[in-house]
Amino acid sequence: MSTESSKLAFDDGWQYAPAPESTDHVSIDDQYGLFIGNEFVEPESGRYFDTINPATEEQLASIADASEADVDRAVRAARKAYSDAWSKLKAAERGKYIFRIARILQERAREFSVIESLDGGKPIRDSRDIDIPLAAAHFFYYAGWADKLAYAFPGRNPVALGVAGQVIPWNFPLLMAAWKIAPALACGNTVVLKPAETTPLTAMKLAEVIRDADLPPGVVNIVTGAGDTGAAIVNHPDIDKIAFTGSTEVGRIIQRAIAGSGKKYTLELGGKAANIIFADAAIDQAVEGIVNGIFFNQGHVCCAGSRLFVQESVADEVIAKLKDRMETLIVGDPLDKNTDIGAINSARQLETIESYLKVGREEGAEMHQSSCDVPDTGYWCRPTIFTGVSQSNRIVQEEIFGPVLAIQTFRTLEEGLDKVNNTPYGLSGGVWTDKGAKIFRMTRKIRAGVVWANTFNKFDPTSPFGGYKESGVGREGGLHGLDAYLKLEA
Amino acid sequence: MAGSKSRMPVAKTYKIYIGGKFPRTESGRYFTIDGGDGSVIANICRGSRKDFRNAVVAARKAFPGWSGTSAYLRGQILYRIAEMLEGRAEQFVAELVLQGVSKRRARKEVDVSIDRLIYYAGWSDKYQQIFSAVNPVSSPHFNFSMLEPTGVVSVLAPDDSGLLGFVSNIAPVIVGGNTTVVLASEQRPLCAVSFAEVLHASDVPAGVVNVLTGYREELTGQFASHMDVNAVVYCDAEADDAADIQVRAADNLKRVVDRVGTDWSSENAQNPYRIKDTQEIKTTWHPIGS
Repeated sequence: MSTESSKLAFDDGWQYAPAPESTDHVSIDDQYGLFIGNEFVEPESGRYFDTINPATEEQLASIADASEADVDRAVRAARKAYSDAWSKLKAAERGKYIFRIARILQERAREFSVIESLDGGKPIRDSRDIDIPLAAAHFFYYAGWADKLAYAFPGRNPVALGVAGQVIPWNFPLLMAAWKIAPALACGNTVVLKPAETTPLTAMKLAEVIRDADLPPGVVNIVTGAGDTGAAIVNHPDIDKIAFTGSTEVGRIIQRAIAGSGKKYTLELGGKAANIIFADAAIDQAVEGIVNGIFFNQGHVCCAGSRLFVQESVADEVIAKLKDRMETLIVGDPLDKNTDIGAINSARQLETIESYLKVGREEGAEMHQSSCDVPDTGYWCRPTIFTGVSQSNRIVQEEIFGPVLAIQTFRTLEEGLDKVNNTPYGLSGGVWTDKGAKIFRMTRKIRAGVVWANTFNKFDPTSPFGGYKESGVGREGGLHGLDAYLKLEA
Repeated sequence: MAGSKSRMPVAKTYKIYIGGKFPRTESGRYFTIDGGDGSVIANICRGSRKDFRNAVVAARKAFPGWSGTSAYLRGQILYRIAEMLEGRAEQFVAELVLQGVSKRRARKEVDVSIDRLIYYAGWSDKYQQIFSAVNPVSSPHFNFSMLEPTGVVSVLAPDDSGLLGFVSNIAPVIVGGNTTVVLASEQRPLCAVSFAEVLHASDVPAGVVNVLTGYREELTGQFASHMDVNAVVYCDAEADDAADIQVRAADNLKRVVDRVGTDWSSENAQNPYRIKDTQEIKTTWHPIGS
């Protein structure tokens, strides 16, 4: 097949008129306190930090910086709520509170979507169609488990742990809060949650929802801050369980920090997922999947398909098509409904990505970027692919967490598989082939917790998610996600 | 003792078990198990960290084959181990007695060990059905989650239960398709070594179970920290420093399985959740369409 003849003429005539989502229906306070015991309270230090819009670099709100004392206050509220209210409630009633959160989130979905895109830089299409609906769906799914837990654990008696401390990342702010809070509450625990310092706004809005849903005060507490606040949660002696999503490096620190404390933990960490395309794959479909796999959410996805292995006989075709497709991606205003790739979440993350672009070139790889324009202000990275890379290159081994794809080739299935598995990570993987038997052979042999075949980056509340090897410990989502928040008695 | 008999009995050399072979420790060191009356029962290999590394290499090498073995076959092999142990029951009773266990308790320990193997043999093709799920996702995809073995599991077997504690720990690990390196009880290591001989005669492929003897204090750190071990199991609160194990395990995010406080002779010491403890959950998605 000639790649020339199959190239679509994207570059002449097709211009999209701006289609920005309006923001006039959204209210963001100038300042947010800490959400403890169903009230917004001042931080003990009186310190606040700014959260900014990464697409404009403008300040959106100032956010309380929680100290160790503030975290302690939140934990005490959570403990009290656990002992006095939440653990005494009938399980079915507990479930009804969680259903209520899901419903209010659905009602306020548009507002949440806009705020998510403002605060985090992700395209409104993703916030609107993925983040917010999935977050609501998570609450709805786990709500129903509250009074059915015994059915999930044959022969055991599942009991709540107590207070869960949860620390979440900035790539899917509300969705990660839902992943953490929903199962914790359904299993009968109370929560102290810390959102990421660059994306606290939807968590503060979720606090409003929790207050409006009339949950007993202290069942969910949300404290904002940076690493020190997270450390105060991890190290707090009256927390029974730590749930963390973030980098493998911090995951290691947490596992060490809580050693010997008896705290239960789940860690959802980094990844360097591979997509592997066989010559017999539906190539156009695969190219779409690869593009979605690495450029979805600016590549700020722990399970992003950041490595690509193409069977040698179709490599030229696939790479040409990828370049063509990359050229058509619209990078820019996250609030514009046409936008495919929004803003990089923070100046710091942009710096990290750019340092990897430099490393990639210095290691001898060939870099191709889209020629698209990017706005003058804000943090932007053009979609990027590297070819001519080898297994030992840092851009192949290390998580970049940006829209950067490293492409390699393989000849035999065995060679491809070896390369796919040649990583300390094991979060996800993707297989593209039209042969059913080959799909199952590959999906069985890829050492990763989530494997997508002829699709990629799909999520659902019923579907467990989590890593093998250094990508983490435990699962979130689905029936298997309950285990993380329960003690199973004989 | 030997003098009163017409022939000299042949004493056994207790060696370690790595990759289906019975080498001596590469370190050339030993420690002595005495009979309490000053007599020497056996010189035991004082295994080294190098022995452990060799054993992990053997276990890693055996993992693709063993994890790819059918559940039915794994069940039959566990059953076969039980058969072999039953046939050699007297030897194990005698060894336990030598190590200070009463005859009656030794007999019970061997019996329960055999039954425990049968118990887990029967789970081989069932735990997957208990713990798997087909997930009703909202999008047009077929989605299912099933268990897969974690990989290479290091086991610090309990010190007080030389045979039953050993068997109760390896059975759920290997029935799930993992391979393992086990540190035998330090005070009662004889049965673990003899059990390796049982494994060797039971169609367990080389490297699936590797058995070291040695000093707990010297080897625990390595069992917890080795970068090609995926999970570590420990059983003794005193001998194994739980905090230290977890700190070391964090180097490669090892799964840490805590078996402290288990009464090995109790029914509670066996359940399918013990298999699940060294399993990963893999979720697979595929579109439903034309």
